[in-house]
Amino acid sequence: MALLQISEPGLSAAPHQHRLAVGIDLGTTNSLVATVRNGVSTVLNDIHGAALLPSVVHYAADGSVQVGEEAQAVQSQDPHNTIVSVKRFMGRGLKDVGEISNLPYRLVDAPGMLQLRTVAGVKSPVEVSAEILKVLRERAELSLGGELVGAVITVPAYFDDAQRQATKDAARLAGLNVLRLLNEPTAAAIAYGLDNASEGVYAVYDLGGGTFDVSILKLSRGVFEVLSTNGDSALGGDDFDHRVYCWLLEKNKLSALSAQDTRTLLTHARAGKEQLSEHSETKITAVLSGGELIDNVLTRAEFHEMSQNLVHRTLQALRRALRDARLTAQDIKGVVMVGGATRMPHIQQAIGDFFGQTPLTNLDPDKVVALGAAIQANVLAGNRSSDDWLLLDVIPLSLGIETMGGLVEKIIPRNSTIPSARAQEFTTYKDGQTAMSIHVLQGERELVSDCRSLAKFELRGIPPMVAGSARIRVTFQVDADGLLSVTAREMSKGVESHITVKPSYGLSDEEITRMLQESTQHARDDMVARALREQQTEAAQLLEAVDNALQQDGDDLLDAAAQARIRTSMDALRTVIAGSDHQAIKRAVEALNQSTTEFAQKRMDKSVRSALAGHKLSELE
Amino acid sequence: MMPANFQQDFFSLFNLPRRFQIDGIALEQAYRDLQAQVHPDKFAHLPEADRRLSMQWTTRVNEAFQTLRSPLNRARYLLTLHGVDTQEESNTSMPVEFLMQQMEWREALEEALQAKDMGALETLEQRMQHETRNLQQQLAADLDDTLDFAAASGIVRKLKFLEKLAEEIHAAYDEIDN
Repeated sequence: MALLQISEPGLSAAPHQHRLAVGIDLGTTNSLVATVRNGVSTVLNDIHGAALLPSVVHYAADGSVQVGEEAQAVQSQDPHNTIVSVKRFMGRGLKDVGEISNLPYRLVDAPGMLQLRTVAGVKSPVEVSAEILKVLRERAELSLGGELVGAVITVPAYFDDAQRQATKDAARLAGLNVLRLLNEPTAAAIAYGLDNASEGVYAVYDLGGGTFDVSILKLSRGVFEVLSTNGDSALGGDDFDHRVYCWLLEKNKLSALSAQDTRTLLTHARAGKEQLSEHSETKITAVLSGGELIDNVLTRAEFHEMSQNLVHRTLQALRRALRDARLTAQDIKGVVMVGGATRMPHIQQAIGDFFGQTPLTNLDPDKVVALGAAIQANVLAGNRSSDDWLLLDVIPLSLGIETMGGLVEKIIPRNSTIPSARAQEFTTYKDGQTAMSIHVLQGERELVSDCRSLAKFELRGIPPMVAGSARIRVTFQVDADGLLSVTAREMSKGVESHITVKPSYGLSDEEITRMLQESTQHARDDMVARALREQQTEAAQLLEAVDNALQQDGDDLLDAAAQARIRTSMDALRTVIAGSDHQAIKRAVEALNQSTTEFAQKRMDKSVRSALAGHKLSELE
Repeated sequence: MMPANFQQDFFSLFNLPRRFQIDGIALEQAYRDLQAQVHPDKFAHLPEADRRLSMQWTTRVNEAFQTLRSPLNRARYLLTLHGVDTQEESNTSMPVEFLMQQMEWREALEEALQAKDMGALETLEQRMQHETRNLQQQLAADLDDTLDFAAASGIVRKLKFLEKLAEEIHAAYDEIDN
């Protein structure tokens, strides 16, 4: 008879339990969720076997929300309340959306980010995106049979700070713990690179439904190093649809269509475009609400001509990325195509001609981003050691602040490897000036009005001095998600002001909590239970991590008294962890974090020393 | 409180001798070895204290790498370690022949831009790169052999001019392309 196993006291029973983590590709047109199962990255299907969730959200008058196919099915009947391509609105104001403002929405201007008026109330793009993410979270939890430890959410590499922050807010609103925001081309490179064990410099050309990215990456001995990135966060397959739509309007001498007819024609335009990837011509037939019959034949040659300048824009970005990496097309070993829009033959042709080689398409361009994100999520959740590869990514756009005359002084240049920090000193303009307004901007242009305004804040309490003699040190810190925080400090008196850059629409933690509560009012008890479980999971992970650290390095780095203090905090946490007081658990977690700070520093020092110990001085000269 | 070796200079951080001429391959290898230990991806599942430390360390390692990788930044940093102010803001007296050459190059840049002439830009860029390499060789002699920091500061100021011009040439490529 097999003997039952009992673990040693103080050790968790399952120290290497698999943590459920997913990668999510939150796309303009479709969204996907993937995970690593038995060592293989796999896209998770819905109960009907579909992998792609159309990024479409429908709000009904009764307050119910449909997402995906169901929402797509009603988009022509109920265009005002069916939101498609919401990704284009993330972190964007009304003035930013330009050409697409003739879409059938009732857009509401709001500080920082526009909102959409629906029958169920005014919704922000963050809330709409959260609905999509919730469906994917539920799909994953159902499929994996448990709650997720966290998720990696992909974003276009060319997303600025406002767009990234909006994406992270949406994930939190959907109840996801964001392990990392990962750039889409980088995610694709992980999926490709690990598959093919490639070495050399690669280009990733990622044309999605509404965004375009190009990244130049160097792959060598397990390091993915992004050399440069470029793109256009408002260029994608949607724009190709729009060209066909405009052609239909012109052919049929139509103007001022109703929202319903606009949606109908756009849907047919897209279907026509997709047909042309397989056929040399396509027939577009539709009946408008007034009974007018649309019946046109569009040839591939006509389509290519009308969309040629869109392709040209992507090539410009490609050339800029290469120049930033100080490389030419000949230096590129392989070109990876990502995004459904790269199925268009004239794009494959243009890219093939540009690089003088056939682009790689052996992984499904719709799935490759989610597959790569899942691989990274598995590492970040701690399921496997990431010793075998390292990801070095960059910020896409320079960050700076406004100086006199409406000019931007760049503080962190584009394509800096993240995390990154840079400090610069500024001074006062007037005698006796006691406050300074710090205006944070992102972009490449010299004028403030040509860059994106991320945040404004004030540093007060500067001691009055002669103009030009105060020294104000402004520090920018970009974290591994590509998100910025800014600190300003007056150097003589040490007055300090700090903000995590939240675009003016930015949601505070309290607002997110409130929105979460509102959205689940009838399921409040569920939510409380969930919060408790999440707190318990976090506490258990913390205990395990500290336990492992003590076993590895406790005797080496800490004296008996210091170890005892940590053990006391651990015991305190263990006594409350099974209870139902989630605040008590939270306090005990914080206390344990506090008591291990010094230990963590010592461990970090040790690993830094060991990193260089293998190299003899003689090798370095 | 930062641990003591967080304060060590960038050369010792990468275990490199404190010289202008460094082994680029050794620098890159040391950078990657350090990143492999401190990068936030290795700490995402660990407690907040570890994650915060990881971000601070990675930020510092990145800053150190950016500083040592670029010859101009490296020279400037070496001079700072020697307590020498390069006077890039205050000292604007440049040799006349250098200024003449700068003006000539700026005119060439302007003409290439007007004519949208990529070939002319490339020629200009090559001439400038040649000059940059010459100056870097002089820097190596001044910083590593004769320890003439005043002369080295003068070259740093010249290189700063050239770096600015290189950025403008880079931007000109984009402008012609648009």
